[in-house]
Formats: sequence, C-alpha cells, structure tokens
Amino acid sequence: MKLYCLSGHPTLPCNVLKFKSTTIMLDCGLDTTSVLQFLPLPLVHSPRLSKLPGWVSKDGTINLEKELKECAGRVFVDSQPEFCLPEKELLDLSTIDVILISNYHCMMALPYITEHTGFTGTVYATEPTLQIGRLLMEELVNFMERVPKAQSATCWKYKEIQRLLPGPLKDAVEVSTWKRCYSMQDVNSALSKVQLVGYSQKVELFGAVQVTPLSSGYSLGSSNWIIQSHYEKVSYVSGSSLLTTHPQPMDQSSLKNSDVLILTGLTQMPTANPDGMLGDFCSNLAMTIRAGGNVLVPCYSSGVIYDLLECLYQFIENANLGSTPFYFISPVANSSLEFSQIFAEWLCHNKQSKVYLPEPPFPHAELIQTNKLKHYPSIHGDFSSEFRQPCVVFTGHPSLRFGDVVHFMELWGKSSLNTIIFTEPDFSYLDALAPYQPLAMKCVYCPIDTRLNFHQVSKLLKEVQPLHVVCPEQYTQPPPAQSHRSDLMLELQPPPMPYRRCSVLGLPFRRRYERIQLLPELAKSLVPSEIKPGISIATVSAVLQSKDNKHTLQPVPKPPPLPPSKKRKRVVEEPPEVLAPKPLLSGAVPLEAFLAMLHKHGITEVKVEETADGHILHLQAEDTLIQLEEDGTHIVCDDNEPLRTALRDLVLRFLMKL
Amino acid sequence: MPEIKVTPLGAGQDVGRSCILVSIGGKNVMLDCGMHMGFNDDRRFPDFSYITQQGRLTEFLDCVIISHFHLDHCGALPYMSEMVGYDGPIYMTHPTKAICPILLEDFRKITVDKKGETNFFTSQMIKDCMKKVVPLNLHQTVQVDDELEIKAYYAGHVLGAAMVQIKVGSESVVYTGDYNMTPDRHLGAAWIDKCRPDILISESTYATTIRDSKRCRERDFLKKVHETVERGGKVLIPVFALGRAQELCILLETFWERMNMKAPIYFSTGLTEKANHYYKLFITWTNQKIRKTFVQRNMFEFKHIKAFDRSYADNPGPMVVFATPGMLHAGQSLQIFKKWAGNEKNMIIMPGYCVQGTIGHKILNGQKKLEMENRQTLEVKLQVEYMSFSAHADAKGIMQLIRMAEPRNMLLVHGEAKKMEFLKDKIEQEFSINCFMPANGETTTVITNPSVPVDISLNLLKREMALGGPLPDPKKPRTMHGTLIMKDNSLRLVSPEQALKELGLNEHQLRFTCRVQLQDSHSDSDTLIRIYTHLKSLLKGYTIQHLPDGTVMVESIVIKVSSSAEEPNTKVLLLSWSYQDEDLGSFLSTLLKKGLPSGLSSI
Repeated sequence: MKLYCLSGHPTLPCNVLKFKSTTIMLDCGLDTTSVLQFLPLPLVHSPRLSKLPGWVSKDGTINLEKELKECAGRVFVDSQPEFCLPEKELLDLSTIDVILISNYHCMMALPYITEHTGFTGTVYATEPTLQIGRLLMEELVNFMERVPKAQSATCWKYKEIQRLLPGPLKDAVEVSTWKRCYSMQDVNSALSKVQLVGYSQKVELFGAVQVTPLSSGYSLGSSNWIIQSHYEKVSYVSGSSLLTTHPQPMDQSSLKNSDVLILTGLTQMPTANPDGMLGDFCSNLAMTIRAGGNVLVPCYSSGVIYDLLECLYQFIENANLGSTPFYFISPVANSSLEFSQIFAEWLCHNKQSKVYLPEPPFPHAELIQTNKLKHYPSIHGDFSSEFRQPCVVFTGHPSLRFGDVVHFMELWGKSSLNTIIFTEPDFSYLDALAPYQPLAMKCVYCPIDTRLNFHQVSKLLKEVQPLHVVCPEQYTQPPPAQSHRSDLMLELQPPPMPYRRCSVLGLPFRRRYERIQLLPELAKSLVPSEIKPGISIATVSAVLQSKDNKHTLQPVPKPPPLPPSKKRKRVVEEPPEVLAPKPLLSGAVPLEAFLAMLHKHGITEVKVEETADGHILHLQAEDTLIQLEEDGTHIVCDDNEPLRTALRDLVLRFLMKL
Repeated sequence: MPEIKVTPLGAGQDVGRSCILVSIGGKNVMLDCGMHMGFNDDRRFPDFSYITQQGRLTEFLDCVIISHFHLDHCGALPYMSEMVGYDGPIYMTHPTKAICPILLEDFRKITVDKKGETNFFTSQMIKDCMKKVVPLNLHQTVQVDDELEIKAYYAGHVLGAAMVQIKVGSESVVYTGDYNMTPDRHLGAAWIDKCRPDILISESTYATTIRDSKRCRERDFLKKVHETVERGGKVLIPVFALGRAQELCILLETFWERMNMKAPIYFSTGLTEKANHYYKLFITWTNQKIRKTFVQRNMFEFKHIKAFDRSYADNPGPMVVFATPGMLHAGQSLQIFKKWAGNEKNMIIMPGYCVQGTIGHKILNGQKKLEMENRQTLEVKLQVEYMSFSAHADAKGIMQLIRMAEPRNMLLVHGEAKKMEFLKDKIEQEFSINCFMPANGETTTVITNPSVPVDISLNLLKREMALGGPLPDPKKPRTMHGTLIMKDNSLRLVSPEQALKELGLNEHQLRFTCRVQLQDSHSDSDTLIRIYTHLKSLLKGYTIQHLPDGTVMVESIVIKVSSSAEEPNTKVLLLSWSYQDEDLGSFLSTLLKKGLPSGLSSI
C-alpha cells in the first residue's frame, strides 16, 4: 500500500492511494495562490494598472518590462493568471481508477486530471459537491474568459531568470507547471465523469475495495471517505468541521478503528475563532455603513457566504441597516442561492426541519423576497442602473486578481470611508492587496475558517484511535510565523508520517487475510474436531474460484462415473487424475494402544524393540517393520497393498489431520 | 436452515392498507403501514393482532419502513405507533417525512370532523408518531442495529417514493413499494442495482396491463379536455393532492400556454400552494430535466392554475377542476361530482386506480345509478373517462425490474389475485424463479442458503491462485487444502503448515517404504533407466527425475533398485513416499509390480 502525494498545499490536497489492486485519487485541489503573482484583470480599462512601470533588473541586464510590472515595490506578472497544478510526473494519471472528492473546494483541478491525460476512471462525489463545484468552475472560467488577455508571459519562468527576480516571485515554486484556466468544455467533460453518491453509501470498487463517503460537516455535501477491505481500513479526513454551521454534522464514529488515517484540510487560521470573526465582520460592516462608506466582501460564491447572509439577516434589523442594499455579484450568484435551498438532506437538523413546514432552509430567500439582497451576474447590465450607495457588495474572486471585485477595488480603493472585509482564509490579505497599493480604503481581516483546529483534531484522534496518521508536513511543526506555539501542531504517538509534494510513502501495514466464501454444500461437509478448549479445526479440501476479486470455495466435484460400456482394462495404468496432496498429520501413535489395535485386527506376532527415539515393531508373520517415533511413523513392507493400507488406516486413527 | 418469512397483513392479493411483515436473520421488519380506502370499519387498518394479541409492538419489531406518502402505505401509522403502541424507529425519505403528516392530518379531519368518528388517532398522535421517524437518504446504508441494514432506492412513483433493501448478513429482501419504470414529466424512473436479493417483493397493480406509449395517453387526455371545454362543459379530475396532480398540472399548464386557452383551471383544497412548495424544495427528487432548469424556471410555479373556491362549482361556462381525493370516496371531488354528474356535457376523467367499494370504482365499471347516503340515487350522465396516469410499473416494467435486481425469489403484493396469477406464471416461465403471492395473514417461507464467509490467509490464497489460475478448469479441477481454525467467533482458513505452527502442534510424518520384486534381466542401473523411461512415457505432467545417486524421483517419491548376487535378475525395488503422496505412491507400487514392458530400450 502506497501513498503518492501530488500537492504540497495542506488544504488543497491531491493524493493517490494504491490499495489492493486499485489506484484511488483522493481529491484534486487546485492551488490558486499562484495567481497572487499576477496583475489583476480589470473589467474596464484601468489607467492606473496600464501605467505601471515595467521591470528591469537594477543592473539593466534583464529587461522584462513587457512581462513584469512594478507596483508599490512589488513585481507582478502581466499575463492571464495561472494556477499551480498537482504534480503530473510522479505517476501515470491514466492508471487512476477512481477519484474521490471530499468537497467542492478540493475538486477545482479535476479538468486538468481527467482531460487530455488518458484518464478513463470514475469520479465519485455527492450531489451538492458536484453542483456547487460546477458553479465554482463555471465562475472561474467566466472570470477569465470575459477579459481575455492576449499576452502570455513565459520568459520570467526560465530558471536562470526567475532566480534573479525580486521578492516573492523568485521563491515561487513549480512555475514551469503553472497553467492557464481550463475551458468550459473541459469542465463539462470532466464533470460528466462524476458518479453521485450519498453519505454512508457503500460503493464497491472492482469487488476488491469498498469506499464510503461520510459527512464531514464543513460545507454542503462535504465528505470524508472510508476506503476499506474486509481487513484494512483507511480513513481520509479532509476539510472537516465540528462547528454548527449549515451543513450536516460531521460523522466521527465511523472513522474508528482505522489502520491509517490521512489527515488534510485543517484550519488555515488556527488562532482565529470563527464566531469572534463573525462578530467583527458585522460590527465593522455596520460602522462603515453608518459613516456613509461602502463595504466590499471578496468571497467565494458558495460556502461561508450563506452563513454571512444568515448572520446579517438577524443583524440587519437590530443594527438599523434595513434600508442598506446588499448586492451579491457573480455569474453564478443566482444559481448558488437557489441550489443552497434544495439540498435539505445535506443540511443540519435545524435547517432540515424548516423544509418540512415547508419553508426554504436558508433565510436569504426572505432577504431576496424583501429586496434587501439583490443578485446580479456581473457589474454590467441591470446592476449599473440599480446600484445605490452606500452598500455592501459580496463578490469574487477572493484573490482580488479577477472577477468583479477588481472593479470595486479600483472604484472604492481611494476613499477611506470604504472598507474591505476579508473573510476567506485562502489568501494572505496583504498579498491580495499588494497590486492596489497605495490604498486609502480601510482593510479588515476577519478570516472565517470553520475547519478543525489542532485542539479539535487531537481530541478527535484520541476518540477514533487510528493506528497511524499521515498528514502534510506543515502539521508536524508550528506555523513559521508562530514558531513558539507548539500547540499549533500535531503531536501524536506514534508520530504522524509527514508528506510533502512528490513524496511517496509506504503505508505501514501488511495485508494478511482475504475474505472467501465457503459454499453452503462445502460448509456442511466439514467435520470440525476440537483440539483445544474453544478451538476447533476442520480440514478443507475444495476448489477455488476467483472472479471479480471475489473468492469462493466449492466442493470438489465427484469424478464422473466411467461409462460402463467402455471396457478399459488398463484403468489401473491411468495415473491418479487429481494431484491432491493428503493433509498434514499431527499427534503421536502410542505404543500400547497401537499394539492392542494390531491385536484386535489379527496381527498378534509383534516383536517390539526399543530404540533411541522410540520403538521398532516387527510384524513377523507379515515381514513388516513399523518404526514408531514421537513425530513420525515409518512402515516398511512388501508390496502387499491390502496389508499396507490396513496398517496405514490403523496408524491414521491415532493422528489428527490438518 | 436459515429462512426468510414474509407475511402480508395488508396488500396480500389486494390493493390497499399495505403492510408486510418480513422476518430475516432473526430481525422483524414492517414494510408500510397503510389504510384501505374501500372500508370504513375494522378492515380499514391492517390486523396488528397478528403480531401480538396484547401489548405493544415495540419488542416484536426491529423497525418500520414507509415507502411513500400515499395513505394506503402510511395511513395506519399513527394508529399503529400510538394506539397499538410502537416506539422503535420508523424510516422514510425526507419528502415522505415532510408530506406524510399533512396527508394523515387530512385523513383524520375527514374521518373525525366530517364523518364524526371517535376512537381515531388525534393530531397530537400524528405529531408523536412523526417524532419516531428517522429520515432516509437515497443509497445511504443505514445501520438499524449491528446486523440489520437498510438502503433506499429511487422508485419514481411519487415525490420521495423509495424502494428498500433490507439486509442481514448475506441475506436480503427488496421491497418496491409502488414504483414506475418510465420517467414522466416530473419524476425519474425507478432504478436498482444488481443486488440479487433472496426475495423481491413487488407491487403488481398493473400486473396484466402493458400500457401504450405515454405520449398517446397524454394526447388523448388533452384532446378530451380540450373538446369538453370547447363545447362549454366542465371537466372534473379527481386526484390526490400530491403526485399525479402535479404531473397533470404540468401537462395542462404547458398545453394552455401553447394553445393560448382561456378557460380557468382550478385546483381544490388549500394544499396546492403548499404542495407545490414541497416540490420546489425537494427538486432533487424530480427528474433530470426539471432539476437542470429549475434555476431559470421552476416547473412548479403555475401561471394558469388557480385555487378553487367551493362557490366556483356553480359558475357557468367551461372549467377544469382538479379535486381531491382521487377515488371519489369523500371530500371535495365527491361534492363536485354530485353537482356535475347530471349534465352530459360534463366529463370526469379518472387518472388513477380506484379501490373496490369507492364511487370511483363504481362509475368506472359503468354503473349509471349510484346509491348515495339517505337512500338518494344519483344518475350519472356525464362522460366517464379512465386514463391510466398512475405511476405504477406495468407488466413490462415489473419484468424489467426483475432483470435489474436478479432476485432469487419473487413475491407479489398490492394487486388483484387474478391478475397476479397471470403475472406469476409469466415470471416463473421467463426467469425460472419461484414466485409467491400470499394472501393477507398467509406466510411465505423461503429457505436461503447463505455461503459462509471465512478469512483465508493471503499466503494460501495467493499460492493457490498462482498454481491454479483464477478459474477452475472444469475438466481438471485443482483441489486446495487448508485447515479451518474455529476460535471464538472467527473462522480462518490457513495452510496446514501454518495451522500446525499457530496451534503449537507437532507434525507427524507418516512414511511408507514398499518392496516390489521384479524380474528383469538387466543390470541394476539399466533397470533403473528402464523404469525411468517407462514412467516417463506413462506419467504425463509429472516431474520425473533420474538422479545421479542412483534413484528415480517421481515428484517426491523415491525409487531405488537393488538385487542380490545370487539372483541378479530378481530386482527389489524400494519405493518410499510420505503420506501426503499416498495416492501416487500406491499407484506406482501397483504399477511397477506388473513388471516392465519388454519393448523398452535400456537407453
């Protein structure tokens, strides 16, 4: 059993597990932090961005002014943003049998894996994961395609040049593998390979392995996965939450008794309490609005935004913000809001019971009905005519490099009345803001990451007791910025096995058993004998059949009776057809009892001679020697078959067959 | 001998009050708990005294599963759980859990408030009953306890309708509830995987019907509605509030839209609005097309269909009214029917099955004079049309499901005895499996023959697979030997060597050495070569070696030749083998005793 690690990002994992005869990919996260190295893609021409100076090395030897632009001391690539893909060289992607997706954030690299690689397998995901994942991909493609960039920068990627670049660009990893966004065609083709599954559904893979998604409590339809055979169990824990937000609570007990637990997707903000952040979010929002400013919330189109809207739903009235317009701008805003209402089965109990009334589970339905929340596909069209300030705008992308958010940054960045509130934890807010500097607008950082923190995870691991834990190396040491915080790492006994991008780990357990079915006729024919108290054994002679990785034992078929018409005198010359070894024997032949037995069967003239290891019996009338020893019996006789078999059967009476 | 028992308490050779008891692997499961529309007395509910004469049912049942929200499948639930007494889990899908209490409350109102019955379940009882419900998701494997597991499949009969698989160990039963094998305008088709249950319990409402294409039926329906409306008549369509109603609403709505029709369409009862809301929230349970387009246009928001008020029935001019209930046995549909029955311009379209004893059943059978309460008679002059829009599988669909699931036995419920008989013959012929059709209270017992799961040591399995190949050669089966160790509750199959080692037993070697006399006028070494050549020509497929130390080995059997100086032509062969090679050793000694053929060359 081996684990191939194709991503070094702990919350956007991509691992491949080889288990029995199957090759299973666990998630295919797309590391989008690479886009921070790029200039924002403005929706309308931005004089500021276009006037940024090109970059030339200090000594003037390298001139990349077409590709790189300088802004407030940082250098950015002026090209369509690119993503850091999972490693493709470590193993042949066409050999992957299945891909298990844990949540919609961890599937964004799917088209890169399933398209143009020879992949022929199946992808398993829950329905909300598929539907929302599709929305997020659609949004990403839309963001990129509506502002096409003619230029594609490549020179800066050369190793010799990159080495000489300033600041974070120099340290960017794997830049040669960075790729532009996929097309909608690739997305559709990739998602057509998805097979839907429900929580606790047992999915058989080739009869060899069973995989089961379990609720992970992090987002709509998010799951952890159990990968098991009859004897081995691997748990894949990815992006789980114990907080009560909108999704169904995490299923912890099913993770028990794992041989190996692969742990990814812990919180990226181990020191930020999500509840506190939500409070900060509301108060900063209210403060800005009251002062006549606008609030910009860069966010993904699904996930925490539902919780933010729910929080605001309660907050608006109390804070007297009833007349403030809230806008949600995204090509998939409407779909995301609609989809959230139809996944009752995947929601927490409170939300589920609303559907029984019947009422929509999320209160944003009411916000929309009362016109407090309005959604638009983009800033163009209806929005531009209906837009009123001061207002609150939720829009993407949280990296601030593309999407409608770029427009609002340009529009509101110059005024200190306005506030940008960061809630998504995926991007460093300072890096996100870098190409907009200098900036007058206020910045508030309230990252809300509901995933497990180290305290919760160590409690969870104590509870479920896996034999071994595998995790990204980042979790085995404190965060670089807080190196004294030894509580912000995993401390386990035995210590977790760390992995990094391109690691190949041998997982520490050996398979020793396999499940086999004894057909009822065979089971019935067995004769068990008790050899020790509580332990019985039975000799099994059977024919093995293995089909689709399922094994059965059938009774040995009786040889067909020879047709009587054919007179075959040479029957005896046919060698035995079945090369069937007899069972092993165990036990000893006691002398006295054996002699008595011989006597009973008419063999009376026996001379017994003692030897070093036992006795030699001389059967005088039959001219036969029987050597009896503790662990062996040797019968030496003439070719008197009846006598030999008779003696054989007498000896066997004292022995146990295995 | 392990066996599965199935006893219908209702729906045995009948339609109505579905309730089937299944005993499997020591577990007892109740499938559905419905009421009978055709009766108003004791026969309305299943006879629970079959389970126990006195006391509560909790200790006799491991769980209750409800397949869908129709009252003939869940109508007796509060009576069973609250009045007879059952506190265990009741499983149903989310939509069923949402809609079932509403229909129960409706049923209670009609029975208690309108008909004045006492000794019926109360609103509180419905609520208490629903608290015992555990929601089921599609394809989720629910562990009822350590041994009993259930799994729901999509049945496509109404919103949230499910088929269920009940499994204990390797034994399993699938109960279909009501299902539909063809997708319609708002639901998908039933689907199940090849789960090979020991028994498939299937409904058989349309056991003998093979329905023509749905398109034709729809066209017919629209044509009749259109004609009636054109000539100024009124169309009454009795339906149940949820289910076919939405299907027909979608059909009429699109037709009205396309033809630009003006005649009003009404939907009786206040439930509509609410009902449609359920459909919107449970859109994932509808068919592909509706799910795909729901963001742009929700199919359950109707423009042409409005709420009905009782006074509208007397309005002049054409109209179409959907009214509940569907079998004309009570309520608004019956009231409207009474008003409109006398006018031959009007039409009633019965879109579904009607149980015996209901007015729906009577008029479908062509009865023209109906006896009503207070000895009044009602003359039926309006046109009566029957159009099968019930989402039940027809004979073709039932056969299709059998092909999908590949059951070992078949059991029919929820149908009429005569029709079942016909289908039973057909199933037994086509699939060569037993088909049962027990009446209410009659138990069908099926002997199952489960194989025994055992843990085989991987070493043994791999060795065996390497030697024998994956599939046994039917002409030359290879026998595998192993030792089954039974300890505590585990069954492990290991190689005999490993068993000896594990159990701390010594191995006892049993050897035979057999002297065989042979007349052969060659030197000892030539005789040995002759033996070698002889065996080589005779024993194909065996390893035979002539070793330099003056022995011949056949597999692990050692053959030596010696002779005395006095009688050089009388050779004594010594054959030595261990018990494990007994068959071959015995064979060789008998063979060599016969001497060597004369034609053998010594080289």
